[in-house]
Amino acid sequence: MITLQNITLTFPDGEHRITAVNNVTIHGENGTVTGITGPSGSGKSSILAVAATLIRPDAGGILIGNGTDTIDAAQLSKKDATALRRERIGIVFQQSNLIPALTAREQLQIMGRLGGGTGRTKRAKIDARVNELLDAVGLSAHANKRPHQLSGGQRQRVSIARALIHEPEVLLVDEPTSALDQESGAEVMGLIARLTRERNTATLLVTHDLVHRNVFDDVITIVDGRVSEPAAV
Amino acid sequence: MFIAWRELRFARGRFVLIGGVVALITLLVGFLAGLTGGLAYQNISSVLQLPGDRLVLQQSENSTPSFSTSTLDKNVVQAWEQAQGIESVTPIGIIQSRATVSGVDEPAGVALFGLPQGAQVAASNTLFELTPENDDEVGLSQGAAEDLNVQVGDSIAITGTTFTVHAIGDDLWYSHTPVITMTSQAWSESSIRVGGSGDPTVLAVSGPADYEAISAQTGTIAQTTLSSLTALEAFQSEIGSLALMIAMLFGISALVVGAFFTVWTMQRAGDIAVLKALGSTNGALMRDSLGQALIVLVFGIAVGLVAVLGLGALAGQALPFVVSPLTTLAPAAVMVVLGLMGAVFALRSVTHADPLTALGSNR
Repeated sequence: MITLQNITLTFPDGEHRITAVNNVTIHGENGTVTGITGPSGSGKSSILAVAATLIRPDAGGILIGNGTDTIDAAQLSKKDATALRRERIGIVFQQSNLIPALTAREQLQIMGRLGGGTGRTKRAKIDARVNELLDAVGLSAHANKRPHQLSGGQRQRVSIARALIHEPEVLLVDEPTSALDQESGAEVMGLIARLTRERNTATLLVTHDLVHRNVFDDVITIVDGRVSEPAAV
Repeated sequence: MFIAWRELRFARGRFVLIGGVVALITLLVGFLAGLTGGLAYQNISSVLQLPGDRLVLQQSENSTPSFSTSTLDKNVVQAWEQAQGIESVTPIGIIQSRATVSGVDEPAGVALFGLPQGAQVAASNTLFELTPENDDEVGLSQGAAEDLNVQVGDSIAITGTTFTVHAIGDDLWYSHTPVITMTSQAWSESSIRVGGSGDPTVLAVSGPADYEAISAQTGTIAQTTLSSLTALEAFQSEIGSLALMIAMLFGISALVVGAFFTVWTMQRAGDIAVLKALGSTNGALMRDSLGQALIVLVFGIAVGLVAVLGLGALAGQALPFVVSPLTTLAPAAVMVVLGLMGAVFALRSVTHADPLTALGSNR
């Protein structure tokens, strides 16, 4: 479960500051996909960056977890936030952002090695899950291919598997279909929705349109950094 | 090192290229170091065999000490022998002259060493073990024997006097001329015949003495054997310029490796941002980058060293060239360290990569 609570985020603009996100509250339950939509420049990607702990909000909390396990990621140090992303958050990027030198299998294995020499048990655990995840995204046959040998849709599916390999509680997805054709986009969105339910993650998905609105359990529309009226699902 | 190895395989062309550059620089450094070692050996190998805690040379007020101009008269020798704390004094004469074999017009340049009998030296001293017992005999270093094409029992002429070859020993050199040893008496007479004073030119002294005080009193300078090498003019000028070239090559290698890895890391800035966004630590990324640099350096330097050993063996037949750990492994180790220091500059791009740029369509 993730709750972005009264998030406000500003950026410097000359001598002044502009408000990118203004007192936004978003709640994502386990096993559901929450769509965050809005026009370009509305602040939806900034919200995702805050949720991913890549940028610290000026005000508000990022509550991740359930019950006593809940932490406020907005209060974490940079080092702890990095560890949080490694342990409890999965991120799917707009451009898939795979490492060119790694095969599909290695893109997943790398997640067990991001912390350096520590965490051998975790590494072994992740290595053991690679085949299962590649199978889940339908890429078992392409496990040894590098990104340039895969189609756009396949690359995005590897990216989804990479984001889920460490069994995160929260999945953050940034415009996953923007570089895909409609058919591949629909496949990717369907895959995200299915895996969200199967793996009981709380998924926040930023998108600029609602072509694939059927996969969302809830949709938040952001306009000028604020939550607008709920859109119909 | 998970990513490092895979990137090395993936971009092998680029890494082979930089590895090749490192190998070529290693070859240059190795060649220069081997040549420096060879030239140094031809300059100083006999001086390094001189016994004692210090070597004493004449020190005039207006000149720097020099093996070629030093003259130590009887008073100076006596003063050192009688100085407090001095336990042994070995007077040695060194001059450069020419030697000929009867019937051969071409003379050979040689260094004449006048060495006293019964000097306290180590049993393995290859210079003193050549010293003849009689004044009409000489001991030849291997180089002198080869230049003169003589064997034990043959006769050679030095400064107009004929000597019998008493022994042929190790390959000993002084200022690029092969060494011939003779008794102190024979050397003194030879010195006088070529216009010298016949007095010894250097003293090898030992004992727990106040060397500075005795030097000041006697108009001499007492230095350790290694320090005294600067009194060999040819050695100083040759080694100085070659050492400068080697130092510049070290600098170039650090700059080349640093520049390559800076550009390489900047090209990977997007990937580094993604890895940081996924939760990678700066430490893990830096270890990976430095590990990659180390692999390239070790690979390049190893190839360069193999080339140095191969080509050095060939060059050694025509040039003074020394292949030893000091001329191969030591420069290689310095290149690894300096190369890594160059690669450390590239780490700025790693630590400064902003994971936020992984979001959006920036890449």
